[in-house]
Amino acid sequence: MELQPERAALPADQTGTDHVRREERAPREKISLEQIKNLRKRFQQLSGDEDRISRADLENIPALANNPIKKQIIDAFFDKRNQRRGEAGSVHHIDFQQFLMVMSHFRPPTLKTTPEEKEAMRMEKLRFLFNMHDTDSDGTITLAEYRKVVEELLSKSGDMGQEAAKAIADAAMLEVASTNVPHMEPDEFYEGITFEHFVQILKGLEMESRMNVRFLDVDTTTMRCGKMKS
Amino acid sequence: MGYSRSVKVTAHLLFICVVLTLLCGSNGEIPQKPTSGGTVLPPIKPAGGPQAFPDAEKENMPVFTMDYSRIQIPFEITLWVLLASFAKIGFHVYHKITVWVPESCLLITIGLIVGGIMHSVHEEPPAVLSSNVFFLYMLPPIVLDSGYFMPTRPFFENIGTVLWFAVVGTLWNSIGIGMSLFAICQIEAFGVQDINLQENLLFATIISAVDPVAVLSVFEDVSVNEQLYIVVFGECLFNDAVTVVLYNMFNFVADMPVVEPVDVFLGVARFFVVGLGGMGFGILFGFVASFTTRFTANVREIEPLFIFMYSYLAYLVAELFAISSIMAIVTCALTMKYYVEENVSQRSCTTVRHVIKMLGSISETLIFFFLGVVTITTEHEWNWGYILFTLLFAFVWRGLGVLVLTQIINPFRTIPFNLKDQFGLAYGGLRGAISFALVFTLPDNIGRRQLFITATIVIILFTVFIQGISIRPLIEFINVRRTNRNLDTINAEIHCRLMEHTISGIEDLCGQWSHFYWKDKFMKFNNRILRKILIRDSRAESSIVALYKKLELQNAMEILDTVAGDISAAPSVVSLYEEKNNSSKPKKKFKAVDLKNMHELLSKNMYKIRQRTVEYTRKHALPNETQSKEILIRRHASVRRSLRPGSFQTTVVPKSHKYFSLPAGQGLDSRFPLKRRSHAGDEETMSEVAFSSGRRRFGQPARSSSRAMLPLRRLDTLTEAPSVDVVNERGRASDGAAAAVPRTSSSASDSRVPAPRRRPGDGSPGDDGNKIEEEPQQPASPPPAPWAPEPRDPQDNAARNPLLRKPRWSPKKK
Repeated sequence: MELQPERAALPADQTGTDHVRREERAPREKISLEQIKNLRKRFQQLSGDEDRISRADLENIPALANNPIKKQIIDAFFDKRNQRRGEAGSVHHIDFQQFLMVMSHFRPPTLKTTPEEKEAMRMEKLRFLFNMHDTDSDGTITLAEYRKVVEELLSKSGDMGQEAAKAIADAAMLEVASTNVPHMEPDEFYEGITFEHFVQILKGLEMESRMNVRFLDVDTTTMRCGKMKS
Repeated sequence: MGYSRSVKVTAHLLFICVVLTLLCGSNGEIPQKPTSGGTVLPPIKPAGGPQAFPDAEKENMPVFTMDYSRIQIPFEITLWVLLASFAKIGFHVYHKITVWVPESCLLITIGLIVGGIMHSVHEEPPAVLSSNVFFLYMLPPIVLDSGYFMPTRPFFENIGTVLWFAVVGTLWNSIGIGMSLFAICQIEAFGVQDINLQENLLFATIISAVDPVAVLSVFEDVSVNEQLYIVVFGECLFNDAVTVVLYNMFNFVADMPVVEPVDVFLGVARFFVVGLGGMGFGILFGFVASFTTRFTANVREIEPLFIFMYSYLAYLVAELFAISSIMAIVTCALTMKYYVEENVSQRSCTTVRHVIKMLGSISETLIFFFLGVVTITTEHEWNWGYILFTLLFAFVWRGLGVLVLTQIINPFRTIPFNLKDQFGLAYGGLRGAISFALVFTLPDNIGRRQLFITATIVIILFTVFIQGISIRPLIEFINVRRTNRNLDTINAEIHCRLMEHTISGIEDLCGQWSHFYWKDKFMKFNNRILRKILIRDSRAESSIVALYKKLELQNAMEILDTVAGDISAAPSVVSLYEEKNNSSKPKKKFKAVDLKNMHELLSKNMYKIRQRTVEYTRKHALPNETQSKEILIRRHASVRRSLRPGSFQTTVVPKSHKYFSLPAGQGLDSRFPLKRRSHAGDEETMSEVAFSSGRRRFGQPARSSSRAMLPLRRLDTLTEAPSVDVVNERGRASDGAAAAVPRTSSSASDSRVPAPRRRPGDGSPGDDGNKIEEEPQQPASPPPAPWAPEPRDPQDNAARNPLLRKPRWSPKKK
């Protein structure tokens, strides 16, 4: 495990004395060593045995080609906000530590996870989604940003999808506005979805079963995907 | 046939039963109070005994004859079904009962009462429940019901766990209970040494079929997490299949004097052949059914028939080859549902769902009912030791099984089951209709058949009554993780999709193939090939669009409901004549300003999507959405009726005055002739437009200034098969005048902003949107008072929203 110490990104709440341990544990928390190894293997395949991954490396993954929100997903990896260091902006290359950091958003809860931890994990995942929407990092999702995401989601549905996307984004926006600010003054204006509102509208939504990846041993499948990329 | 054993003399008794049910049912009396029935009935019964039929007629031309034997079988069946249905009505009168006591308990109770009555008059129940009748007629509707209404997505997300519990769990229970009971049988004190291992296994198989109907409705009410729900649901479905397979196998084996090891291997092989074969037939027939419905556009009236016939055919063919017919019909239903529902018309879809629900619940009701009757009337062989140990083992093995199997499956699950979930799973293992039917159809050559029947009935009664009643408080007490499955908002849907794509993207990134990967691949295959073959109009449709359409429909329907409800409640229908008189009065005029405001509002008021909870697939109730769609269709028809060109002549304008309450000023009527032409030409479109504008919520001033405040583009959702009864409409056209309100509003809005509504593709909506985006901060002028009711404020609403609140309104008009 060649984790670069200077990259060790500590979440704000993680202040330990055992620093070296922390660095290894920080991004993963619940990701086991074995899973890290798996991811490491994958990382090397993607980067072509280099230390850092570039955008192009990810864009070349054939399996990702058909994903309607491919761009957003890749962007998320190069988004500084997802590194949990309170910075905004994007980078061009990420190393394994950063890669893990992004991946760690998707770790599933275990039986030992306490409700508070679960809630925190949920917030993390929501934040991740929110960041995917909020492309200009200004803390709100504007209608234009929202529309763009919906359009991409529906981009596989042809013209009809494009037509519908706008209407749906509008309706969704209105829905947010009406759930969060039920009593607006007539001349008030709903700026965009803040993170609080975002949490609010997705309050009842089951995320646990949807936003988790089990980082399994990926040997056989990785070989294929990894080879195909070049 | 089992009917032949049917007792001839039950007719009069059945009459009595019906009378009893009528007493119970129509009075809404609590079924547990049999006192009136019990005391009243015996006197009614003729003392003469069974000879109630006149056969003393002379040989000459009979003036009055009665040939009861000819109609006996269908007659008795009808009466039994009626009786059971009345019972259902009865205890749904008091809704609170069914919340705390599962319906199956009540049905069994009624059955017990009827059985008690029959017993007291020394009648035998009709032996309707024979093996053939059960397997060919009563079981298919039950499983078709479960299969068709299985929530597909969560099911496939958890398919591994479901099958694990259904197959391995059932095997575990059967073998565990069977072996333990066999051990008990060796104890001399119980006097059951003559039950051999095969028979014990057979019996154990019968009682390991769980039937958590009662549990499912509890789970739904407290909305436990999706995983738990679907595992219990799926388990019950596939466990029936497994049980029936095992049952047939052990039934076969039970005859053998000696079981060789090779038989065991053959049994295992057969198990797989039977299961997979059934699945194969199901998929085959499912696809054939979907393909057939592609061509039924011109024969709408028999469309639903195909669905039933193909499912039944799958069942029968599977039965023919002695493979799992339950598996066949379930997979058939699962396969075809998606495609068929897109092919058939809205009405056929509703019909299909209704009929499936109806047949399923009647079947189940009857079985529970018979269970009650048989409990009393059959001869029991009571053996304390055997029965109590059966209860104990059933309980223990179920619990153990869930514990052990969860430990094994948990590492493979993204979300592991915690102890609470496991408790829910284990405690939800009620035994029900299938167990009873299986044990009751045991062949007579099983030595201790009576004992088995008794033991099964005891275990069913115990689980249904004790566990069924206590599970709700327990689940609420231990606070099982809950999921709001009914989050039916556009945002939720968008984000579900977003998350799915994200995860499948991340999995691709990690190079993993898990079920999101497979889902992705299947969806692609589905969109590219299957849909093209199986669906007539095979435009791929995102689930977001689908939900959006659904919400649109609901909203349209509600608006219409409100309007129409007001119309029927208000004097308008009653005083149609008065209306006409009014129409001859000088018409009020609208002011230009008001008109302008009106148009502005109509174009700006988007339809409001509210969080609304649509019921999940319930075992015994149709999902709400179907009902609402049906209502919609009817409303749709009535609106269209009102849109006949002739119907506007006199009544519409005053009516519109009334509804819009615009002060006199410039006339709205100047616009009518213009619009009328278009209505005459294309009423279909018109009614759509009526919907689109009618659905717009009035008065959301709060949002009128937000950027999102754009007119919705029409999605062509409200097209409907043009099968409205046109003939009647002509005649009643004038009656429908009242309903013309939505149309009026639409015409108003339409004249101003026709393009965005009517033709989504012509670009003007884009303009509209862009314009607003460019100047997002521009506050819209506050709408005039009558047009801007705050929807959340009832007082305001009543006072100001003319469309929604009629009563305040009619005085104004006069």
